[in-house]
Amino acid sequence: MTINWFKYASPASFYFLAGRMIPYFSVATIIFLIAGLYIAFFSAPTDFQQGEAYRIIFIHVPAAWMSMFLYVIMAFWAGVGLAFNTRLSSMVASAIAPTGAMFAFLALWTGAWWGKPMWGTWWVWDARLTSELILFFLYIGFMSLQAAIDDPRRADKAGAVIALVGVVNVPIIYFSVQWWNTLHQGASVSLVQSPKMATAMLSGMLIMSLAAWMYAIVMVLIRSRLIILERERHTAWVSELKEGVLE
Amino acid sequence: MKWESVSDFFAMGGYGLYVWGSYLVAMFCIIGEIILIRIRKRTLYKHLGLRKRSILRGEK
Amino acid sequence: MIWWIIKRDLLLAMRRRSDMLTTLFFFIIVVSLFPLGVGPEANMLRMMASGVVWVAALLASMLSLGRMFSSDYADGTLEQMLLSPVSLSALVMGKTISHWLVTGIPLVLMAPILGIQYDLSVEALVVLTLSLLLGTPVLSLIGAIGAALTLGLRGGGVLVSILVLPLYIPVLIFGTGAVEASTAGMGFGAHFSILGAVLLVSIVFSPWATAASLRISMG
Repeated sequence: MTINWFKYASPASFYFLAGRMIPYFSVATIIFLIAGLYIAFFSAPTDFQQGEAYRIIFIHVPAAWMSMFLYVIMAFWAGVGLAFNTRLSSMVASAIAPTGAMFAFLALWTGAWWGKPMWGTWWVWDARLTSELILFFLYIGFMSLQAAIDDPRRADKAGAVIALVGVVNVPIIYFSVQWWNTLHQGASVSLVQSPKMATAMLSGMLIMSLAAWMYAIVMVLIRSRLIILERERHTAWVSELKEGVLE
Repeated sequence: MKWESVSDFFAMGGYGLYVWGSYLVAMFCIIGEIILIRIRKRTLYKHLGLRKRSILRGEK
Repeated sequence: MIWWIIKRDLLLAMRRRSDMLTTLFFFIIVVSLFPLGVGPEANMLRMMASGVVWVAALLASMLSLGRMFSSDYADGTLEQMLLSPVSLSALVMGKTISHWLVTGIPLVLMAPILGIQYDLSVEALVVLTLSLLLGTPVLSLIGAIGAALTLGLRGGGVLVSILVLPLYIPVLIFGTGAVEASTAGMGFGAHFSILGAVLLVSIVFSPWATAASLRISMG
């Protein structure tokens, strides 16, 4: 049996599909979160160099990863929306942005709270932290641009351009920040250095990353559904939904 | 069990402030995002004049 | 066609010379404020000179972005340009070049004079000026995208800064890096080649992205 994938490309079918998927991903989030936190606090051993402070790694690294992944995914869907004029992909792109920005903020915050005991200062102009800060700015730019434009289609397309320009720039920015950092002899202690990390640490980090993935999916699905309803409020299927006729 | 006592667990080998400072803020961020989404949902539903919330979830 | 646009825009800029001078004086004032803020110690000033001049150039170039398309948008010229059979990317390129000639070149020419205020050596002054010469066109090119995207939006001026300033960062890093490398007695050729590469990449992509943004903004 072949599945007609284009069926799900219409906002209305995606709305119902997402509604059915949210509970599964929510459950997965909770399971992974509990497992991850258990490993983070009970089974991962104390780091011989950083003591217990390294346990921040279990949110810092997943948050940093997610903020980067989500930016790329956001730019991808925004680009698809721009190229093929599919409204749904643009809506998903704008649904991703706030969650991505939240993860970028979290990565910065936990980086600072890890830096304080390790480096002795809250903020170091370390290449990773600086790039993360710039990534946060890029998210803010995308969201402010979309918020400033009243016409949703123009907002989608303008956001796509700035997201794509950002994606082209992110490697250049990362490279230049790295260069700048080595030039200025910045922090010598790297946050994620240990060459042979204990397997419990690694698995804890991976499971927490999975939890972050699941959480991001749930948030994006919920927010996409709200955006779909907002945009499609004058269509027939939404009024049928309001009457309770549909399903 | 790794930890000798509950207070030992919360002390985190002297790094309690930093570890819990990070985890608490992470929790606040997540809760904050969920609350923001809830508010957005409420205002949208009110705006649409929806009666039953369960209908909107696409369930029977 | 590009020449025609450049000539026209330069003529318009000449008629409104005050706009051009305002940007230049903004640059001069910002650079002159820093010694008043951090103190007149020559060693410190020499260290921060390149950074201060570059950041001020970034801000000055960004502030003038609003004018790039807005007057043509207001009087309907831009709409005519979109309808004309000429490629929009070429038109955009012309407008970007004239923006650089009007705002970038004065900054480049003024930089050595401001550098003297900061007690820079002759070599550092030359490197600073050359780095600005290579870097300011990139600022105009990237800025054009931001200007096109925020065309006709309320609060467009602040918005353009949020969009464009993070994208300026590589130019800032390598521009100031060149000056620092030369004062430290190291070669600055690598910095210049990277700035040149960034310039080439933005020449290829920016007019195209700007044209797409203009089409989006004009609906």
